[in-house]
Amino acid sequence: MKPFTYERARSPAEAAAAAARIQGARFIAGGTNLLDLMKLQIETPGYLIDVNGLALDKIETTPEGGMRIGALVRNTDLAADDRVRRDYGLLSRAMLAGASGQLRNKATTAGNLLQRTRCPYFYDTNQPCNKRRPGSGCAALGGFSRQHAVVGASEACIATHPSDMAVAMRALDATVETVRPDGSARSIPIAEFHRLPGDTPHIETALAAGELITAVTLPKPVGGKHIYRKVRDRASYAFALISVAAVIQRDGSGRVALGGVAHKPWRVEAAEPDLPRGAKAASAGLLADATPTRENAFKLLLVERTLGAVLTEARA
Amino acid sequence: MKFDTPATTNPIDQLKIIGKPTDRIDGPSKTAGTAPYAYERHDIVANPAHGYVVGSAIAKGRIASIDLTDAKAAAGVLAIVTAENAGKLAKGSLNTASLLGGPEIQHYHQAIAVVVAETFEQARSAAELIRVDYIRAEGAYDLAAAKNSAAKPATDEDPPDTAVGDFAGAFATAPVQFDATYTTPDQAHAMMEPHASMAAWDGDRLTVVTSNQMIAWGARDLATTLGLPRDRVRMISPFIGGGFGGKLFVRADVLLAALGARAAGRPVKVALTRPLIFNNTTHRPATIQRIRIGATRDGRITAIGHEGWSGDLPDGKPETAVNQTRLLYAGANRMTATRLAVLDLPEGNAMRAPGEASGMMALEIAVDEMAEKLGLDPIEFRILNDTQVDPEKPERKFSHRPLVECLRMGADRFGWSKRSAQPGRTRDGRWLTGIGAAAAFRNNVVQKSAARVRLDPRGVVTVETDMTDIGTGSYTIIAQTAAEMMGLPLNKVVVRLGDSTFPVSAGSGGQWGANSSTAGVYAACVKLREAVAQKLGFGSADVVFADGEVRSGNRSAPLAKAAGDSGIVAEDTIEFGDLDKKYQQSTFGAHFVEVGVDAATAEVRIRRMLAVCAAGRILNPKSARSQVIGAMTMGAGAALMEDLVIDERSGFFVNHDLAGYEVPVHADIPHQDVIFLDEVDPISSPMKAKGVGELGICGVGAAIANAIYNATGVRVRDYPITLDKLLDRMPAVG
Repeated sequence: MKPFTYERARSPAEAAAAAARIQGARFIAGGTNLLDLMKLQIETPGYLIDVNGLALDKIETTPEGGMRIGALVRNTDLAADDRVRRDYGLLSRAMLAGASGQLRNKATTAGNLLQRTRCPYFYDTNQPCNKRRPGSGCAALGGFSRQHAVVGASEACIATHPSDMAVAMRALDATVETVRPDGSARSIPIAEFHRLPGDTPHIETALAAGELITAVTLPKPVGGKHIYRKVRDRASYAFALISVAAVIQRDGSGRVALGGVAHKPWRVEAAEPDLPRGAKAASAGLLADATPTRENAFKLLLVERTLGAVLTEARA
Repeated sequence: MKFDTPATTNPIDQLKIIGKPTDRIDGPSKTAGTAPYAYERHDIVANPAHGYVVGSAIAKGRIASIDLTDAKAAAGVLAIVTAENAGKLAKGSLNTASLLGGPEIQHYHQAIAVVVAETFEQARSAAELIRVDYIRAEGAYDLAAAKNSAAKPATDEDPPDTAVGDFAGAFATAPVQFDATYTTPDQAHAMMEPHASMAAWDGDRLTVVTSNQMIAWGARDLATTLGLPRDRVRMISPFIGGGFGGKLFVRADVLLAALGARAAGRPVKVALTRPLIFNNTTHRPATIQRIRIGATRDGRITAIGHEGWSGDLPDGKPETAVNQTRLLYAGANRMTATRLAVLDLPEGNAMRAPGEASGMMALEIAVDEMAEKLGLDPIEFRILNDTQVDPEKPERKFSHRPLVECLRMGADRFGWSKRSAQPGRTRDGRWLTGIGAAAAFRNNVVQKSAARVRLDPRGVVTVETDMTDIGTGSYTIIAQTAAEMMGLPLNKVVVRLGDSTFPVSAGSGGQWGANSSTAGVYAACVKLREAVAQKLGFGSADVVFADGEVRSGNRSAPLAKAAGDSGIVAEDTIEFGDLDKKYQQSTFGAHFVEVGVDAATAEVRIRRMLAVCAAGRILNPKSARSQVIGAMTMGAGAALMEDLVIDERSGFFVNHDLAGYEVPVHADIPHQDVIFLDEVDPISSPMKAKGVGELGICGVGAAIANAIYNATGVRVRDYPITLDKLLDRMPAVG
């Protein structure tokens, strides 16, 4: 770990301004990902801005009947919130499928969205990785790629986004609220928040330099059955091979997002009208133009079969 | 004490303390955090500096240059040791690769430097500033590709080839033939406590506090490596947070702590970081195994052959996966062959039940497959081919072999009769369920073992031996042994372990530790009893030690009285004669497993497990049970998820942390039962016990594989059995 300067931010706007001003600054909240990456010298910030004191830890009802979740609400608290459990069960279930009790106690809503990939080549600083060292190449291409992306990947990067929560947020049409270094606020639809790797896989989100997440909002509840199905070799404490986040209505219509298949939570709205026709039709649209490796081609069938099980459960 | 004739009745048979389920005597200190581990022994080594190990970034080749300029100038740095400035180093007899590489590199993450600094963070930060230029060389990293170049290993232990009768002829003419190839992947010990050591020099005397299963081997190899006389090295390792064979040898942590301490002129502590452990240390090597079985139509084996291939660095050792096949089932015509390829992966070596753990994973699927081919129940097929003699030498009997009883009792208790013989027929909601079984088999090895016992004036007996407790419960069974022998309650016995100044024990490995080390304590206690009787002027023939007293005829005296003012010390070594040549000594068991396989996703989840074990006298049923359920859990990991994945381009294990190398968590392991058959084996030792710590992993993986087949009808011969290997043959969804 390289020596770094540490300061506690006094307001969101000041935090954003400081982060934009100071070269190599990072925000720190729960630290469940960043601290590990710093110990391994994958992240080497010279300056940490602690945002834990910014009182962004409330869950509120919005005037539209939706929900506004402060950036610092801990995963444990969000998953246990009565309104979340009642109206956004998908979100609660996705969070409880991730990490461990101890990690969820520390991890924040904003931090969860900003988790970095678990690609083992990203984690080994001896190996080339365009995400860690832009231009160095991608060792996962042609390497161990069982966990990796099957859609939306590029020649530069086939990493996946590891979050469960973000997959549910994508299915629920969340919006990410931020404050920019000039103090202005903006709202970023979750669909536009995470980026595909393209040839700049080190740029993972739509956030500008210094921009700080202040909250995530959810539109008013959409009803339906909320099912989060995470598939993994180990029964707990493992990242998803694939996951399916679905909200299915009584008439069979619905929405579905996938985890573990792409550089971001994966949702193809154009495929959703096919949901009443069944998993095969819907997953064909979801996974159109897939480019799996030999090691992860099984994910295509796994998505179709898991979605099939989810639709069966929704009908039950 | 020489043990060369079967044991007769002795004080252990009283079973007042031995054989009783007993809490660990070190349990309270472990629970309270007062059992000190190597990295925290500041009571022995005050104010140590911190060493951080740098691993090679290439698997094979040479260091062209190494630039320490920036690292040396970094804050807090006291010294940096590399092969260039370490002085002359030899290699310990049990190490295959050098513990400090350079200029030649033998494997990925081979240590090439240790940075010593005031704090751990400073050492780690400075380590990142070391600039190394490598010259890469081509290496061999793929066992399947290297298989044809594999050769007979040069080993004085197990013969590379065995043959009895005419295997080829008998197999060719057998009415029913089975021939299949299985693979097991490289696996990591993944123990909780990392390899960790503290080192302090006093002139040319070195004291190391470390985490090591075999103190005498370790002290010897460390002295050899450093070119020191053996008596200049003291090794201390009283508590060990898991080893599983990964700590049988000195590793880079202890050598680099010693070298770092010498360079820095002050004590140094070094722990290997988790991402380094997987490639820096040893692992269980992958195997390819071909098994052929020929049988009559009524199910009698006429020919059985097992060939195994594994790889290791030059001058390394094979994974002897074929060994159990020489002994487990009858059959007049037999062969085994072990071949070793040269691979440039990290060093392969022992991991819990080396040989049998991997061999049984293959053999016990093959037996299940052959039974199905014969139309026989797989339990009955095993029973039909039981043998009470060494099949290679029929004049040589097993000391005790209740495999059939284990299988029958397990089948009864587990509800085997409810198993559908047709696979893929049982469903519970979204789950396809199935039941599988396998035999368990692991040889019983005995090793010379010494102990010293001291009776003090308070009537307390202190046992000292360099035996280790790797989480197994050694402290407790040794205390039980001394208490039983001396007629004392457990709280009047003190046990001190893991110090090279103590008499040399069997150590912890190969499941020989419990039986051999307690037999050594038994021998020392026999001597102490004689000394006590003599001191009290009692005839030793009828003397009884009970309730803290010594009795002979109508005379009695408190044990403490015999100690006098200065106490009595006795020391002895149990030395084993050739009973293990006259008799085949092995441990037996049967594993039963029920699994559910998700009909849509093919995720495999274990529902319940049972092991029935026959392993001689069970010294402490509580800690023995813990050993068996731990081994069953490890076997579940091997069956379902553990896999050191090789990047065959650059030659290293890619998933080198505990997020990438998955071992079972609580949610993977539901109900486990263990039954021990009531058994004593007087051929084994005066304790009449045998090993049990490794039996539990032998066969359990195959029982899981067989249960998955029973649930799904899909036979997977390549471990681990992950969902991608089942998915395209699962039933339609919905």
